Amino acid sequence: MSTRLYLYPVAIRVWHMVNALMFLLLIVTGLSLQYSSKDLEIVGFNLAITLHNIGGITLTASYLIFIIGGIVSGNMKHYKIKYKGFWNRLYKQGRFYIYGIFKHEDTPFPTSENMKFNPLQQFSYVLALFIGLPIVILTGWAYLFPEIVILKIFNLSGLLVNDLVHITIGFILSIFMFIHIYLCTIGPSVKNTFKSMITGWHE
Amino acid sequence: MERKLLKMFKIAIRGLVPLFMLFVIFSASAQKEERIKENKKFNERCFACHKSSTYTYFNPEMDKKVRDKMCPDRVIYPDEYYQSNHYSFKCTDCHSEEYDSFPHPVYLRMEEKYACIDCHGYDEDYAQYQFEQIEEEFLGSIHSTKHSEDFNCWMCHDAHTYRIAARSVELIKEIIEYDNLICLSCHANIEKYNLIMEGTNANILTTHGWLPNQALHFKNVRCIECHTAVNNDILVAHLVQPKKDAVHNCVECHSANSHLMASLYKFRTIETRSNVGFMNGVILNESFVIGANRNVFLNKMSMGIFILSIMAILMHFILRLITKK
Repeated sequence: MSTRLYLYPVAIRVWHMVNALMFLLLIVTGLSLQYSSKDLEIVGFNLAITLHNIGGITLTASYLIFIIGGIVSGNMKHYKIKYKGFWNRLYKQGRFYIYGIFKHEDTPFPTSENMKFNPLQQFSYVLALFIGLPIVILTGWAYLFPEIVILKIFNLSGLLVNDLVHITIGFILSIFMFIHIYLCTIGPSVKNTFKSMITGWHE
Repeated sequence: MERKLLKMFKIAIRGLVPLFMLFVIFSASAQKEERIKENKKFNERCFACHKSSTYTYFNPEMDKKVRDKMCPDRVIYPDEYYQSNHYSFKCTDCHSEEYDSFPHPVYLRMEEKYACIDCHGYDEDYAQYQFEQIEEEFLGSIHSTKHSEDFNCWMCHDAHTYRIAARSVELIKEIIEYDNLICLSCHANIEKYNLIMEGTNANILTTHGWLPNQALHFKNVRCIECHTAVNNDILVAHLVQPKKDAVHNCVECHSANSHLMASLYKFRTIETRSNVGFMNGVILNESFVIGANRNVFLNKMSMGIFILSIMAILMHFILRLITKK
């Protein structure tokens, strides 16, 4: 018999939805800017800039709300990594994804109210939300105000270095999103996790 | 004996020819130096008055020395003049020799000025600059067609101060500033603008309001990048287009096949960074253009990682399907 847990309150679901939409918008418009061409434009350059700016500003606001809300509500505790035995737990979860799942083993770290994320989720979310996202947001804002970017970094154009960091981290976050969406199909059924993102109830 | 003499003569000739050539080159150069020196000395008489905003002369009517204001358009700073392309000339090479006398005869003010093509056209020495094509482009430009002969070379290129920047200045940003100031000398200066046009000139900041990051664009590209038609044969395009034909499409520059490579960076294509995989790498020496400066290696690497990730996800999914109870 499956248990039902109310893990995702409305605020978290709205934040998550905004994040997902903005991520998609930023990926499409970002690719359009990076690979802009006279022959083929995914989104027109000018429109892509406007939409990318809107997406970036919205994502920043959403991120700030997430951080402040997380601290106030205590939601941040789910992202606090316990270092003792961490690598061992990470190995167990990794092994489950690449081997155990095919042998129909039970998940080593079942979801509970106290442990919303398994160790691998926790690790990847911390990297994405507290390292990747701040970098991509800061370098993105630097593009909104290019005059504040240092002119030269090790004899390279500051804007070039900023761009390389922005697109590299942006790309890693895009890959993270693909894997993130795929891993959501793992559960009692393919659509279960997606459903819980709408209802708030985890089965 | 005769043979020996002939041999010695040949050796002497072989040695003397290069020496003679060196002498010719040296004396030509020395002659030029001497001529410049003489011209400079001659010009001192003109600069005595024309180098500052005031000048002093003896007024026989009043029987005393008088200090008067110099018309600002007639002030020429020697420092600027001697750094210009025409530094080696004496004033009367281009102006009437009657300027030797003072007060200058009034009718001299109406003397016709030379156009660039008058001296530089159809001359082997200046062939590389393609003045004939520049003239042709200029005559087809909106500047010439709209204003006829009122608009001449001098409107943009002051013969007393003009120096070619694109070939001699190393920093692209300096070239941009120098060239844009030429445009702004009319388009942001009502006094000069009114020499050929009635009314007020349009505010450039307003007319370019659509341009994202306007200040950054103004600092990093020249006006002519968007307002002229590219000509592969000449360094600086002179075919200024009507404003409806100006570049408005961002991807003209922000793409792998960037328009800037055919204009601003045309003669800088001996790249120093192209070998580290950046498209249009020469731009990176001083600037960065979104969409034009992609790194080929990073592009390939990211494509590889993306394909591998999708393949891994697909494989995982297929294995899940196969092992499903």
